[in-house]
Amino acid sequence: MALTTQAAEPVGGAGGFLAGSAPQRARRRRLGLPPMTAKLAAGLIISGAILLFGLLGPFVVQDPTRVDDIGLTGPSSAHLMGTTQTGQDVLAQLAYATRGSLTIGAIVGVLTLLLSGFFGVVGAYAGGWVDEFFSLFTNIMLVIPGLPLVIVISSYVPDKSLLLVALVLSLTGWAGSARVLRGYTLSLRNRDYVLASRVAGEKRWRILAVEILPNLIPLLASQMVFAVIFAILGEAGLSYLGLGASGSISWGTMLYYAQNGLALRLGAWWWFVPPGLLLALFGAALSLINFSIDEIINPKLRNQTRAARRGWLMSRKQLETAKEATL
Amino acid sequence: MTTLTAEHLVKNYHLRRGLRGSTLRAVDDVSFTLEPGRTVALVGQSGSGKSTIAKLLLQLERPTAGRILVDGKPAQRRGGGLDRYRRTVQMVFQDPFASLNPYHTVEHHLERPIRLHHPKLSGDEVHRRVLHLLERVRLTPAENVAARRPHQLSGGQRQRVAIARALAPRPGVLIADEPVSMLDVSIRLGVLNLLATLQREEDLGVLYITHDLATARHFADEILVMYRGRIVERGDADEVILRPRHEYTKTLAAAAPNPERRLSELRGG
Repeated sequence: MALTTQAAEPVGGAGGFLAGSAPQRARRRRLGLPPMTAKLAAGLIISGAILLFGLLGPFVVQDPTRVDDIGLTGPSSAHLMGTTQTGQDVLAQLAYATRGSLTIGAIVGVLTLLLSGFFGVVGAYAGGWVDEFFSLFTNIMLVIPGLPLVIVISSYVPDKSLLLVALVLSLTGWAGSARVLRGYTLSLRNRDYVLASRVAGEKRWRILAVEILPNLIPLLASQMVFAVIFAILGEAGLSYLGLGASGSISWGTMLYYAQNGLALRLGAWWWFVPPGLLLALFGAALSLINFSIDEIINPKLRNQTRAARRGWLMSRKQLETAKEATL
Repeated sequence: MTTLTAEHLVKNYHLRRGLRGSTLRAVDDVSFTLEPGRTVALVGQSGSGKSTIAKLLLQLERPTAGRILVDGKPAQRRGGGLDRYRRTVQMVFQDPFASLNPYHTVEHHLERPIRLHHPKLSGDEVHRRVLHLLERVRLTPAENVAARRPHQLSGGQRQRVAIARALAPRPGVLIADEPVSMLDVSIRLGVLNLLATLQREEDLGVLYITHDLATARHFADEILVMYRGRIVERGDADEVILRPRHEYTKTLAAAAPNPERRLSELRGG
């Protein structure tokens, strides 16, 4: 029997230069990576730049808490992004704030992944009363309103650490992903290939780890990216309300102090625009990455597919001739 | 050399509808024997319990009553006994598009059963066996096919991989649940002939589940006709097809297209 090899047709149009050569793309597909589109590239570049700034920035800037008597001044050669009301360097604050926000995002992302993976995937795979209990617990966690709970906890604990805020955010944020994962796992565990590996005599944990989990990777990745966005925005909201971790600097606390210092009314745009812009940019970049991952799960969303579908449509004239031919 | 016997198998499913429940008897007192080198066809309409019997024989479901015997001894349900049973009884699934994991290569699918049932083999030997299996199901060049993923193969090629996987532990009994119903008509015969050849080579006992009377007659030695969970007729393949006794079998045989009868009708009318 002869096997034909399907040579991947190079995709023309915009983004073609990003798509790389055919063997490169084949390798990406084999590794389960999303195809390199303009969307994904933009997301990776923006989030990568912010990540680098948060990681390396704090090592090169001055002490963000150092007070100076020059007061509120605009950008100058001494202070590239100006100073706050108390003469603190905004660039230094921004570097430390980026590090703080990203730390929260990373911790919450990992914790949410573990919690939702455990309660969603393991419960659905085990079935029976374990599933009933896990899904009841998930549903209870889902209806607990996140923000009010966080506010209550925040007002009870006087000295909050960054870790506590991250813990609270992940405890209130994992349930939604767990539901999504549960639904998908329920569909996967009854696929024929899972039955086939049971017939082959595989152990139960191995079926979960080797046969089911790899098929969940795109979903897990997109849920995790979503959790990171949720955590960074949630922390910013809390800090803006003055309920964030004490003694930490994040984009939210910067906005909080800018608001308290009447930055908007004084026209001190260099104080509130940078943290707000980074917050928006990072959220947008992660969303772009998320969309690219979604395209693996649901190929219908791909631009390439959409273009191909448009090609299926026949023109009026073609329809006429087709109709005549069948009559 | 294995003889698999089903004795008075019964399977009830409990249906929940709100607080009340009802019982559905999917398989009702079914007995038969699969002997080495013989093919038994299980024929019946959708929902008649054919696939439930496959699941019971594969120990994916527990029978409500009755037993399964391997060479006269009751099949064990757990531990090493279950491992031995899994080595003996294997299955080819209906849908080759669903029965191979899209994430893994063809090699993975064939390698796992070999490793599970022959843990002492070295990596090289396992690889050689994988290639040998692929050659036996006529998938060549084997080295090339082994590295592929299911989506790079056609339906017929996938079903051959599924057959190779079922043969990997060297079973004595093969259960084929409508192995060609999802395939193109043009390649069905090829896959069925391959199954028949492999059966002769390995001296397998085959349970061929189908709703296609023509292929059942062609490939099976014995035909069991199932209707609503019961076996309503059994006997030699030709006997059952040519001289059906049960009402349901007659309807089934009459439903099959018969060009000669149709032509004579046309001529007469």
